[in-house]
Amino acid sequence: MFQSIGVKPLTPDPVLQVEDLSIRFQTGRGTVQAVSGVSLAIAPGETLGLVGESGCGKSTLGRAIVRLIEPAGGRIHLAGQDITHVPRHRLRTARRKVQMVFQDPFASLDPRWTVGELIAEPLHIHAVGTREERRARVRDLLHKVGLPQDAAERTPHQFSGGQRQRIGIARALALDPAVVVLDEPVSALDVSVQAQILNLLSDLQEALGVAFLFISHDLSVVEYVSDRVAVMYLGRIVELADRETLFRAPAHPYTRALLDAVPRTDGGPHRAAPLAGDLPSPYAPPPGCAFHTRCPMAVAACRTDRPQLRAVGPGHSAACHLAME
Amino acid sequence: MSEPVLAVENLSIAFASGRTTRRAVHDLSFAVDRGETLAIVGESGCGKSITALSLLGLVPPPGRIDGGRVRLEGRDLAALSEAELRKVRGARIAMIFQEPMTALNPVLTIGEQIMEAILEHERVGRAAARDRAIALLERVHIPDARRRFSDFPHRLSGGMRQRVMIAMALALSPAVLVADEPTTALDVTIQAQILDLMDELKRESGTAVVLITHDLGVVAQHADRVLVMYAGRKVEERATADLFARPLHPYTRGLIAARPRLGSGRFGRQRLVEIPGTVPSLSGRPSGCAFAPRCALAEVACTVAVPPLVAAGGGSVACLRSGDVHVPEHRREALDA
Amino acid sequence: MALLDFASPPVSSQAAAAPRDTLLRRLLRRPSAVVGLIFFALIIAMAASADIVYPDDPLDMVAQPFLWPGQDAAYPLGTDMLGRDIASGIFHGARVSLLIGAVATLVSLVIGVTTGAVSGYYGGRLDAGLMRVTELFQTVPPFLFALAIVAILQPSIPTITFAIGITAWPSLARLVRAEVLKLRHGEMVAASIALGASDGRIILLHILPNTLAPVIVSASILVASAILTESSLAFLGLGDPNVVSWGGMVGAGREVLRTDWYVATLPGLAIVAAVLALNLLGDGLNDALNPKGARR
Repeated sequence: MFQSIGVKPLTPDPVLQVEDLSIRFQTGRGTVQAVSGVSLAIAPGETLGLVGESGCGKSTLGRAIVRLIEPAGGRIHLAGQDITHVPRHRLRTARRKVQMVFQDPFASLDPRWTVGELIAEPLHIHAVGTREERRARVRDLLHKVGLPQDAAERTPHQFSGGQRQRIGIARALALDPAVVVLDEPVSALDVSVQAQILNLLSDLQEALGVAFLFISHDLSVVEYVSDRVAVMYLGRIVELADRETLFRAPAHPYTRALLDAVPRTDGGPHRAAPLAGDLPSPYAPPPGCAFHTRCPMAVAACRTDRPQLRAVGPGHSAACHLAME
Repeated sequence: MSEPVLAVENLSIAFASGRTTRRAVHDLSFAVDRGETLAIVGESGCGKSITALSLLGLVPPPGRIDGGRVRLEGRDLAALSEAELRKVRGARIAMIFQEPMTALNPVLTIGEQIMEAILEHERVGRAAARDRAIALLERVHIPDARRRFSDFPHRLSGGMRQRVMIAMALALSPAVLVADEPTTALDVTIQAQILDLMDELKRESGTAVVLITHDLGVVAQHADRVLVMYAGRKVEERATADLFARPLHPYTRGLIAARPRLGSGRFGRQRLVEIPGTVPSLSGRPSGCAFAPRCALAEVACTVAVPPLVAAGGGSVACLRSGDVHVPEHRREALDA
Repeated sequence: MALLDFASPPVSSQAAAAPRDTLLRRLLRRPSAVVGLIFFALIIAMAASADIVYPDDPLDMVAQPFLWPGQDAAYPLGTDMLGRDIASGIFHGARVSLLIGAVATLVSLVIGVTTGAVSGYYGGRLDAGLMRVTELFQTVPPFLFALAIVAILQPSIPTITFAIGITAWPSLARLVRAEVLKLRHGEMVAASIALGASDGRIILLHILPNTLAPVIVSASILVASAILTESSLAFLGLGDPNVVSWGGMVGAGREVLRTDWYVATLPGLAIVAAVLALNLLGDGLNDALNPKGARR
């Protein structure tokens, strides 16, 4: 049963396709290559998990996809349309197809607006429907995300973190997008509330057929929500596979180290020693494989040659010299 | 059995605002032995952080302890003067925080800060303090400690800063180490390093550890005993293995079941078990069991009076229906199917 | 940090406890703000009723000169060296002071808020350019600048207002820029951009309303300083000669300060009251709009 999902080929028309994307930042300390040559595709209705530690570029990549950050190179195709360099004001139609939910439901909602106004804002911006239709749409969205109808009249500060995240989700869904980028959507929430939001996302995906790019540092959550998972390290994808393969038979030593580091509640076998050392500075990434400074298996080639992301199995690729087919 | 290093007896902490007083911690009792790790688990607003601060006599105004006491190595902290408390803090009980950057002084080098901690409490020369500071940095596995000694905090990564905090906390070999969400701000691979380091130091020195966290995974792997708090009260306290094998309080069970775990399925197949509603605020706590409004097992009796803590399962639990709480049917079933 | 969610109960409960906690209500809880509010209301009442209480031109000579306050019940505050009614002058002067204070502040607000918002939102070269202009204005002491403008353009109410307004905006621009900068890179703006909102919409509907609090506070201080500047100009003889102004009255009374000190002192007190009232109001607004930092 899982096998069939595992080998599910990408549909010929991915709803979102990123090719060889690079993003650089100019800062006072120099240039940071935040994302390097990342390629990925998301099929309609699919959830791609994007996981990695802080500074790996996962959020930057997510923000570039909704065009909050200008990429330095590469292409972003949204439902067949190349949106990489479309000027922002001409992006309107594309905008409707890709939306974003942010990590901090306290910071991303204007505290002066009512929830109804906030949810209706995308409809206003894109001049969708009449006043009455918009109001009906807000009611419908409130219902979909499990908020009471009278929420529309209240302001965000009257809601808890989990409820605010529901507001953020309702707003992102207002225009019926094909893809939603979810940037750490449950990281700021209490454990007991996380489950509510994860279940809600699952229900919404099933009902609406929307695709998710789910960005998180939390492997358990990523495993729970994703069809396929991409692991990033220092700006590059180091492994990409369907969920089952990635969590059962990871090919990249970094993925294995990440999985080993997750503290478990099930009293399973004691994990291996944790990775030594810190993340290298993104200002001066190590030559060769960026992970070789912490990799327990590194050989001479790892210090000089950068491994390319290559197929190591059906629908499974890894960027490691030592990964076997 | 000898007397525990740290004993909290019927502790209550109240916050006064205007004419109303709200109680953040109710009637909390627990004890920690030498070389033992007690985890205090709960969600935001459950009172775990304020409890941690109270262990050092650091309850910030307008909060105050309005009942019970904290005994450290047999001494009642409330009976100590502020000057005596300062001597105890750092020397006998130390604390590390979630965000080490805010706890470190940005204009002093990390070595100087560790030296300060030593010189504050002990009559030793600067050279001796310096040697000890370097030894401490080595003990928390900071590579190249002699050179790192003169680094400023902003030059260090988050994990390194937390190591420095631990070095500082251990400078005077305290009897108790209070760690308030020590790894929440860290990446998972770094978290593993820090927790292993804490375990190692505990084994070597026999320090008792109070670990405040919201992460049950951290608890399962690093605590000997677990105390679950909800809305300012202890709802369950058990040995770690017992708690995860058979949680007795519906809230504990809910917390365990609400977290997706590695090796489980994907959504759509088996839903996570939700705890409906949200954590009650300090002002909006219901009478009776605070968890009752969110509890599937709640009955009328639960809303009448706060359930008493009773001995159960090798520990204690405060639930009238704990006999009916079952081990969650794990998603393992769904996977096997 | 982790304590924060604890020490301050979730806002929802606060809102439930005091649903109608309006700005006015919070303002009225502060004694100094109440004093400011009362004084300010009195000055507005004087300005509004000037034509009714003293329908004649305050520049008319109506009685014998140097009537001391209380000497003649018809002229409670006495007369000056030309026999003009000082009470009438203070009433009518309130109009001029408030008018110039308000309009000059409006001019500053328009220039300052626009500059600050554009500068903070767009950043880059535009920001650098606008900030250089702002610094240029700040290098000249605003009073001397205003003095020079009025001297060149000839003193009249419009030119004085313009001169004060055009010299007072830089501090406002910097304030707004700093506030906008804080919001610009936050998730609220990112969320709006991701929804497809235009820059104008984001600035007008999301950013500016959220910078309102400090702007209101500094506007009240700006009105006070505009009144002071106008008075100073008038004192130096650069007031509009066709209207009576507090500063002009003080300037005229200066010559008889040793013998008939009340002529200069009474309008001087009016200036003090107005400026003090607005400053107290500004402080009160600051506390009322930032309830967190209000504990003194």
